[in-house]
Amino acid sequence: MLTLIFLTFVLGFGILLLKKPVQTKFVALISLLPFSIFLYLLSFLRSVKDGVNSVLYRSEWIPSLGINLDSKIDGLSLLFGLLISGIGTLVYLYATSYLRGHPLLHRFLSYLTIFMGAMLGVVTSDNLITLFIFWELTSISSFFLIGFNNEQEESRASALWALAITGLGGFFLLSFGVIVGAITSTYTISDLLTQSDVLKDSPFYLLIIVFLFLAAFTKSAQFPFHFWLPGAMKAPTPVSAYLHSATMVKAGVYLLARFTPILGGTMEWSTILLVVGGITMTYGAFHSVFRKDMKGILAYSTISALGLLVFLLGIGTEIALYAMAVFVLAHALYKAAFFLITGIVDHALHTRDITKLRGLKKYFPLLTVAAVIAALSSAGIPLTFGFIGKELIYESGLHYIDYNLSLVLVGALFFTNVFLTGSGFLIGIKPFFGTPIKDYCISHKPDWRLIAPPVVLGFFTLLLGILPVIAYKEIILATFSAMNGAVVEMPLAIWHGVNTSLLLSGATIVLGTAVYFGFKCWNSSMNVVERFEGIAPKNIIAFIVEKFRQLAFRYTWVFHNGYLRSYLAVIIVFFIGLVGYKLFADVPLSVNTVGLSEFRTYELVVFLITVVAVVFAINTASRLTAIAATGVVGYCICLIFVFYGAPDLGMTQFAIDTLTTVLFLLVMFKLPAFLKLGNSKIQFRDAIIAISFGILISIITLQALVSPADKDISRYYAENVYTLAKGKNVVNVILVDFRGFDTMIEGIVLSIAALGVFSMLKYKDDEE
Amino acid sequence: MELLLVLLVGILYSAGIYLILRRSMVKLLLGFMMLGNGANILIFLMGELTKGKAPIINGDNIHFTDAYADPVPQALILTAIVISFGLTAFAIILLKKVHETTGTDDLDSLNIQDLDI
Amino acid sequence: MKNNKPKHNIKKLDATILRTATNYLLPLLLLFSLFVLLRGHYLSGGGFVGGLIASIAFVLHSFAYTTRRTLRLFQVPPRTLIPIGLTLSFISGFLPVLLGQPFMTGVWFADKVAVIGSVGTALFFDIGVYLVVIGVVLTILLTISESD
Repeated sequence: MLTLIFLTFVLGFGILLLKKPVQTKFVALISLLPFSIFLYLLSFLRSVKDGVNSVLYRSEWIPSLGINLDSKIDGLSLLFGLLISGIGTLVYLYATSYLRGHPLLHRFLSYLTIFMGAMLGVVTSDNLITLFIFWELTSISSFFLIGFNNEQEESRASALWALAITGLGGFFLLSFGVIVGAITSTYTISDLLTQSDVLKDSPFYLLIIVFLFLAAFTKSAQFPFHFWLPGAMKAPTPVSAYLHSATMVKAGVYLLARFTPILGGTMEWSTILLVVGGITMTYGAFHSVFRKDMKGILAYSTISALGLLVFLLGIGTEIALYAMAVFVLAHALYKAAFFLITGIVDHALHTRDITKLRGLKKYFPLLTVAAVIAALSSAGIPLTFGFIGKELIYESGLHYIDYNLSLVLVGALFFTNVFLTGSGFLIGIKPFFGTPIKDYCISHKPDWRLIAPPVVLGFFTLLLGILPVIAYKEIILATFSAMNGAVVEMPLAIWHGVNTSLLLSGATIVLGTAVYFGFKCWNSSMNVVERFEGIAPKNIIAFIVEKFRQLAFRYTWVFHNGYLRSYLAVIIVFFIGLVGYKLFADVPLSVNTVGLSEFRTYELVVFLITVVAVVFAINTASRLTAIAATGVVGYCICLIFVFYGAPDLGMTQFAIDTLTTVLFLLVMFKLPAFLKLGNSKIQFRDAIIAISFGILISIITLQALVSPADKDISRYYAENVYTLAKGKNVVNVILVDFRGFDTMIEGIVLSIAALGVFSMLKYKDDEE
Repeated sequence: MELLLVLLVGILYSAGIYLILRRSMVKLLLGFMMLGNGANILIFLMGELTKGKAPIINGDNIHFTDAYADPVPQALILTAIVISFGLTAFAIILLKKVHETTGTDDLDSLNIQDLDI
Repeated sequence: MKNNKPKHNIKKLDATILRTATNYLLPLLLLFSLFVLLRGHYLSGGGFVGGLIASIAFVLHSFAYTTRRTLRLFQVPPRTLIPIGLTLSFISGFLPVLLGQPFMTGVWFADKVAVIGSVGTALFFDIGVYLVVIGVVLTILLTISESD
């Protein structure tokens, strides 16, 4: 399995090199790639369809950290894997015609292939960390796909939004994985199944599921993170069909389903999912009918459907899990068809505004059939697969444990379904029937590669709708078992007799049709929802982002204003604050006068000369005086060294001081005169900073004097200076023998300085 | 004497900090040298002052017979002094080149001009 | 750079006294620097100080005469002293490795030499440092005064 995924990545990058061949008509052959993956995955059906077995692949990556490239194929992975590769096949085929002649088609196909590989990785990974990596890869590759029309500013902006939101979720997924790994000491998902109780009893349980939910909700466009999805509709239509209906957005749902047997079934789990899923599905369904752009309608109805899936996982009963499995499949089939049809209409008529589309039946007879089937499936009319799903959805609402709550649930489900039916009709019926507008000019007839995919999807919708037992036996049972953790038979059937859910279905269709007729001709419907744009989550988040940006700007301007001295001032003030606080808070301040020596008059004189020289160096307006004063400071220090048993230091300091002064004098006339930038306020402020720093250093020095110094090293050197190094001047022996290596490095450093000076000066000379 | 030197360390550090907060490049350099001197005295102080007793073995002895000044800080400071010469020399020339190229001594004006050096 | 003419030139000063003094001081200072270098192992001194004193001697010479005249005292530019010195220190550190001992172990001749005392790798190391210091200081200072 893993080999397959990596092969997909390699091929994905390989396509980038095939710029020329992609532009020929043989490009349709590329859909053989997802198709062969589809066939390969079909071969797993036999092993996993009983719902008990799964296929495991183990390969080590970083075994010391428990991070392995394990994959596991069970019913749930396989359902998603088949959707990814199956719909992928159709989308590839479609895209080769849809983007025919596009100069960057090879790039598009490359992104699409990498995305498909990442998606397959997400649904087959059996390791939390690997799952996270593939998860992020889907976010990144979808960023490129959404922003494919990168010359449009809106396109770029929505790609960024999508990346920001889903990437944020990715961090939560990683945090989730790390915490779970820390609690259970394994990252292997199938091993977590046995540790379900450990996780549920852990004090971090709530944190874990919140992190998981944030990851899933951002990816699956749940309220209030849903807004990136309508924005992502800027992508070319095949991308919308693939990523934003069938696959990527369902990755969040997949994640929740994957962890249902491990973390699900608790009060917190169902409550959060019911609330968030409920809000999302009603919000999305309600919004969808107000749009006029076909893709807008589809975006909101997709958000609603995703909310519905989350809602079903929140209900969490066996029947709800069945309903979820069926609805994933049904929704993918009809929603992908809707998108593909929208793309064809857009391509041919250059508009997606449903108020401007009528009577297309005449031009696209076959497409009309596919559209009607999709609309009927979305409405849940018998003999379509959507009907099976809708029945199960109502059943799961009706059979919720708490009767009172179940009424609320059914109410929400009913509301959602009514509006979804209405929006489904707006897409699948409205543009195709009625009297055609005269001045249609069909710019180019869609070829078979565009028409075939929605027709194939429609065929499967009908096939599974009439014979649901095929879907049940082959995949739904296994999917359910993977989510439930145990096999419970519940065969799907078209006819359950007249019962409440059938009545509800009927009522849904009637009311949904009413909604459809209500909104069909209402041109100003957008205005209603636009009034509430101000409080839409997108605008709130955009507002926060903008404020954050402004804050960052101001913050940066204060601390990173480009003036060296203000950086230094900030650093020094922070240092004074932190060290000073620590010093006064934690260190008992004391002065040990016992061990201190007296000072003689000549020492005091040297000290006073130094102080005067320092004052001169600071105050003088003349460079010469400043340099001379600095030299005097150096000579005084040299004297101090000589007084206190350091003749080597004295000599060195004397020589260096002389040379430095000479150096200064040599270049002084090339150096600028001091600026007259007297600003007494700033000078006063800097003086305060400098003096506090000096006081702080003095206090630290005093404290350091109190604590006894460790003389072991000095004693070792002093005692062994003759026996080991045949020398008597300890300082020199340290330099050339004990620590000779340091001295050698020092020589290199000096050489570098000399080379720097030499090249700086010679560079200019050569230029002249 | 320690107290005097502690005071001197404080003064040198204050002077160094004050000078590097100026806008003039030459003052920046002088400030560096002040800081270096302060740090040297600080290290010197840490080795316990010993008056007039260099860490050198007298005459034909092969071991110390008397008290001696701590040699380790001395070795450190010696290295520091020599290195600081390299640093100062490099900085002076850098400064000279900057002044030649930009014609300014004002550190503040450096971040405004986008120079093509 | 037409207006880059030195406005103030030490080298053009007619410093007879300084020159006469330098004629005697240069060899004396150089001798002293060698003395400081060689006795460093036993008394205060060593490669660093010795090198610095020698550099000061040459700088004095360049003040009294001209940088060009000082450079003429050398067969090669002073910067060539840097690699020579570095190589010498490295070889003296590496020599023990050839004798099967760790890098930078002190190796000594059995007999003592008058004035210098024991002769060993440490001495050659110090001579290397001496040469590096002279090379570095003179490269910096003479390049600067030359570029004026």
